[in-house]
Amino acid sequence: MDVNVLSEKENVKSKGPGEDFILEVKNLKKYFPIKDGILQKTVGHVKAVDGLNLNIKKGETFGIVGESGCGKSTAGRTIIRLNKPTEGKILYKGEDITKASENQLRKSIRKDIQMIFQDPFASLNPRKTLGKTLMEPLEAHQLYKNKKERMDRVKELLDVVGLDPSYFTRYPHEFSGGQRQRIGIARALALNPELIIADEAVSALDVSIQSQIINLMKDLQEKFNLTYIFISHDLSVVRHISDRVAVMYLGNLMELADKDSLYSEPLHPYSKALLSAVPVPKKKGEEQRERIVLEGDIPNPANPPKGCVFHTRCPVAMDVCKEVVPTFKEEKPNHYVACHLYN
Amino acid sequence: MTLPEKDISKNQTITSPDINLEVKQKPESLWRIAFDKFMKNKLAVSGAVVLIIIIGMAIFAPLIAPHSPEEQVLTNRLAPPSAEHPLGTDELGRDTFSRLLYGARVSLTVGFVAVAGIISIGTIVGAVAGYFGGIIDSILMRVVDVIIAFPQIFLLITLIAVLEPSLGTLIVVFALFSWTGTARLVRGEFLTLRTREFVLAARTIGIRKGKIIFSHILPNAIGPIIVTATLQIGYVILAESTLSYLGLGVQPPTPSWGNMLQAAQDFSIMLYAWWYPLFPGLMILITILSFNFVGDGLRDALDPKRKN
Ligand SMILES: Nc1ncnc2c1ncn2[C@@H]1O[C@H](COP(=O)(O)OP(=O)(O)OP(=O)(O)O)[C@@H](O)[C@H]1O
Ligand SMILES: [Mg+2]
Repeated sequence: MDVNVLSEKENVKSKGPGEDFILEVKNLKKYFPIKDGILQKTVGHVKAVDGLNLNIKKGETFGIVGESGCGKSTAGRTIIRLNKPTEGKILYKGEDITKASENQLRKSIRKDIQMIFQDPFASLNPRKTLGKTLMEPLEAHQLYKNKKERMDRVKELLDVVGLDPSYFTRYPHEFSGGQRQRIGIARALALNPELIIADEAVSALDVSIQSQIINLMKDLQEKFNLTYIFISHDLSVVRHISDRVAVMYLGNLMELADKDSLYSEPLHPYSKALLSAVPVPKKKGEEQRERIVLEGDIPNPANPPKGCVFHTRCPVAMDVCKEVVPTFKEEKPNHYVACHLYN
Repeated sequence: MTLPEKDISKNQTITSPDINLEVKQKPESLWRIAFDKFMKNKLAVSGAVVLIIIIGMAIFAPLIAPHSPEEQVLTNRLAPPSAEHPLGTDELGRDTFSRLLYGARVSLTVGFVAVAGIISIGTIVGAVAGYFGGIIDSILMRVVDVIIAFPQIFLLITLIAVLEPSLGTLIVVFALFSWTGTARLVRGEFLTLRTREFVLAARTIGIRKGKIIFSHILPNAIGPIIVTATLQIGYVILAESTLSYLGLGVQPPTPSWGNMLQAAQDFSIMLYAWWYPLFPGLMILITILSFNFVGDGLRDALDPKRKN
């Protein structure tokens, strides 16, 4: 008996590779062609995502942070197959969805993975009532027997996200930003997904509304056993909701760790700089950080620097950084970093 | 009497802002808002009124016309306006007013039917090109370029000279060669709309392409399409008049505004019977102006970016 309990605990703790990951992303690349001239010849590529590796555990909230333009949205959209991946692999529950056709996707991730979008004003069809917007996913997958049951489900969804079911016949322009974001969440929940990718889900909202939405998302996670990939440039929001956090720069991960160890002892110079720039509420054990100001702009993703992509702005860059791409390795338990300082 | 009193007693505690909220409960659709905006534009409303009158006159021409449009009274040629012939008569003694009414039928039919064809072809081509992009888009847009590269009016003249000039030929030729502008417009709308987040959301939910195109994107592009349709009707009516004026359009004795104007192109007629060319010319002018006013009004009303 004791042995059983122990082994179960063991399982929960150290998740075997491949088995308990709901999503695995391997060396994912997404390049956008740059076209020019009358013949629209491809003259180069924007390397928006350039060799991303992620393993998402079931039930966790995985935060992705990084400056604007570093490829966070592209990563999210490619994972959910709104973009065609250029290279790499995406495995959902072990099933390779990298090259799946739209018909195949409809049977798998179009139900199981959903997205919450940044702009609550652009993410709802202005010509559809709230009811229509929420009925649609149920109709598309022919869930429930008839219209009445689908309507009941929609009312239930509205209730779950804290909206009045009598709003059924209203149009998006009659709602506030926060209410719209709740509608977006209700839509994402409609198909009972397992994984939700939230791309800057609260960035467009007032601070007071932000915390309401974050709390709603946390409640829903508990209630429906959801896994989140939470993408944001806002470090404090990410800290609030995430279990693990990845720091992204120029299409790649610089560092990945449990939230607490990342925020209390960031290893990568880029993470250090990012964290020093925001007033993060200090927890005990965290030393006062000095503000590190990064020089220069993010390099053009069409022409990323050789070696470590961060070396052009790194305050502690060495010669090796200009030549050799650092490997992503586990510097401390569950704390990964791609930096030559840790060799 | 008793009902409002009851209501007041019930809602006594509700303050006035809340009552306003209650009133707003009725969903205000975007069409309603657009309609209200349109009604504020005086020029557009008068254009619409004029068009309704002209369309009404065309539909009810047999009831309104004092004479048959083909009835000739050779003893009463080029008569000035009178009680019997309110707009005078033509060179064969036919009643100009009656002929204008029947001519309106021809001109408006050509306008509406040809534009229906133009909009259908243009919308489908533009939607497919804009939504799918890539190679499909390139091919379709090169076809558009080729059609645009032909000088339109010469193409029309040549085609109609080769084919039998008739109402049907006119409509088909207009529809086949004038959809390019609409296709470009719709393509542009689709290019921007397909990356909008609500379309991405529809895709992540697993809604099929056809439904995304027709039920999500198209309704959001309908504003510019309606506007261009309105303006195109004016253009087609003008083109029909031009072709009829050149003798390539609707053939006499069927009256059209264009061929009436053509029949009046004689120096002595213009000098001694000014009413004969004046009225068909005026009808063309008024109709096209009205379509343009309505089109501009619709553009402002349907554009969500232009508030009030
Ligand atoms: N459809 C596209 N075509 C071409 N380039 C694109 C496309 N989408 C994104 N990019 C480019 O890819 C890079 C990454 O963009 P992305 O939107 O993923 O960044 P992000 O981290 O989400 O930024 P933000 O915080 O501003 O949302 C940018 O340089 C952007 O210009
Ligand atoms: Mg983004």
